[in-house]
Amino acid sequence: MTTTDVVDQLLESIGMNRGHLLASDAAHIEVSHNQVVGRRLVPGLDVDTDQTDDGIAARIRVREGSVIAKPVHICFGMLPEDGLQYINLDIRVEEHARASILAHCTFPNAKKVEHKMDASISVGPGARYSYLERHVHGPYGGVLVLPKAKVTIEEGAQFTTEFELIRGRAGRIDLDYECICRARSILDMTARITGREDDAIVMHETAHLVGDEARAALVSHIALRDEARADIYNTLTASAPGARGHVDCKEIVLGNALARAVPIVEVHHPQAHITHEAAIGSVDSKQLQTLLARGLTEDEATEMIIEGLLSKRS
Amino acid sequence: MSILEVRNLTLRLNGKRLLDNMSIDFWEGHIHAVIGRNGAGKSTLASAIMGLHGYTNHEGDVLLDGQSLKGMTVDERARRGLSLAWQEPARFEGLSVRTFIAAGAEDKTVDRVQGVLAAVGLEPDRYLYRNVDNTLSGGERKRIELASILAMNPRVVLMDEPDSGIDIEALDRIFDTLRRLKTAGTTVILITHSLAVLEQAEHAFLICCGRLLDKGSVERIGRYFRDKCIPCDHVNHPDLGESA
Repeated sequence: MTTTDVVDQLLESIGMNRGHLLASDAAHIEVSHNQVVGRRLVPGLDVDTDQTDDGIAARIRVREGSVIAKPVHICFGMLPEDGLQYINLDIRVEEHARASILAHCTFPNAKKVEHKMDASISVGPGARYSYLERHVHGPYGGVLVLPKAKVTIEEGAQFTTEFELIRGRAGRIDLDYECICRARSILDMTARITGREDDAIVMHETAHLVGDEARAALVSHIALRDEARADIYNTLTASAPGARGHVDCKEIVLGNALARAVPIVEVHHPQAHITHEAAIGSVDSKQLQTLLARGLTEDEATEMIIEGLLSKRS
Repeated sequence: MSILEVRNLTLRLNGKRLLDNMSIDFWEGHIHAVIGRNGAGKSTLASAIMGLHGYTNHEGDVLLDGQSLKGMTVDERARRGLSLAWQEPARFEGLSVRTFIAAGAEDKTVDRVQGVLAAVGLEPDRYLYRNVDNTLSGGERKRIELASILAMNPRVVLMDEPDSGIDIEALDRIFDTLRRLKTAGTTVILITHSLAVLEQAEHAFLICCGRLLDKGSVERIGRYFRDKCIPCDHVNHPDLGESA
């Protein structure tokens, strides 16, 4: 298979084609297993990659004061049914720089694929960085996803991150993100995941509000069907005056699925404040009956409610 | 001619008789009001007619176009042309106004959705892509629910306390919407304890303690409700109806 074919197949699996890339002047990078098969950079954005046996190591740098106007599109994927892809990311968004990345992780044929990511992310003083990781998995559930990230958000910086897995079988996910939030920084961390059959989801989302007036929201919206299971651990600590945080975990459980939410909030300063809410259960009865009274079947109504829960927050 | 008939409906929940042998005929194409004090059984009647979960195990029957609705689920009743607007509309996280309104509409085009939003006095450009969640006020959600009813164009709609949580200006819009529904041929059943809402109807049914006490003109029933029911210190205890 040629490099061009690989790019085409990766893009096709996420509902895109080469035309999308050509039509845009946005930066993009395509990685298949351990090869960078396509890329275009823009001024202010530096990307160095090293090929390893099972993946790539990439250093992404957004230079000080640079504003990358259009989202950078990164596609990580594996087309074969089995294999290991290990991504090591070192992301530096320098002082007052602005950038956003849309990363697709696609494993359309996976029956025994392992996708591991270790990321070190630094969002410099006054910088703004958003990272949306959208997973597209095939129907077999044969994916093990192990994303780990250590994030530092410096003074006055903003970091928004979303992990989305609502197409295909989740397989097994063990996500572990930990953020240090300095003074007046803002963190918005969201995960939206659906699991079915015997999918197993474990999430550890942690944020430490160590700077004055740092703010964070940890949001997990999960829908589970069949025998799927999710264990969600949200930890939010606040140790500085004016620090504010909120943990929001909502899970819809259908069939024999099992959901567990363990919110841990710690406040170490009298002028800090953290709230949390967790709602786990079946589809809300009033929502369901409202849609039934509009003539939708129970399955249609349930699907619509779940789509709403898992939709991108406005 | 009756489009919806309630026949000898008796409903007990948790050992209490909430509806007691109630029979009502609702005429096609008219606006009806079912009025009563809190706890009289108005919302219970609406829930039983709609077949909501927990309200189907009753004696008696409900007929739409002469056909029994017994054993039919809520969605089956809705597809036959029956719908319900709740006193407190549901909130839907992540569901846009457009999607919600189009859900039950035959014509799901954006033009149609914009049209019904405008009809209830909401600017389509401002509301189309907002979510039906707690960022909207109760009044806005109430109007959006009415817009969804307009889009659905049901044959019969039960409207539970349509003025609840609504400001005066919005109330006029809601009353306009009632007339619009009637013009479109929908039979409207208002569930209310408000004289202002009652005045929008053409026929009234007065209920107390789960029983139909009287029926007739809006003027006469309204006068009785104002003079006798509102000052009455009797508290509805449906299962104690005989001694009340």
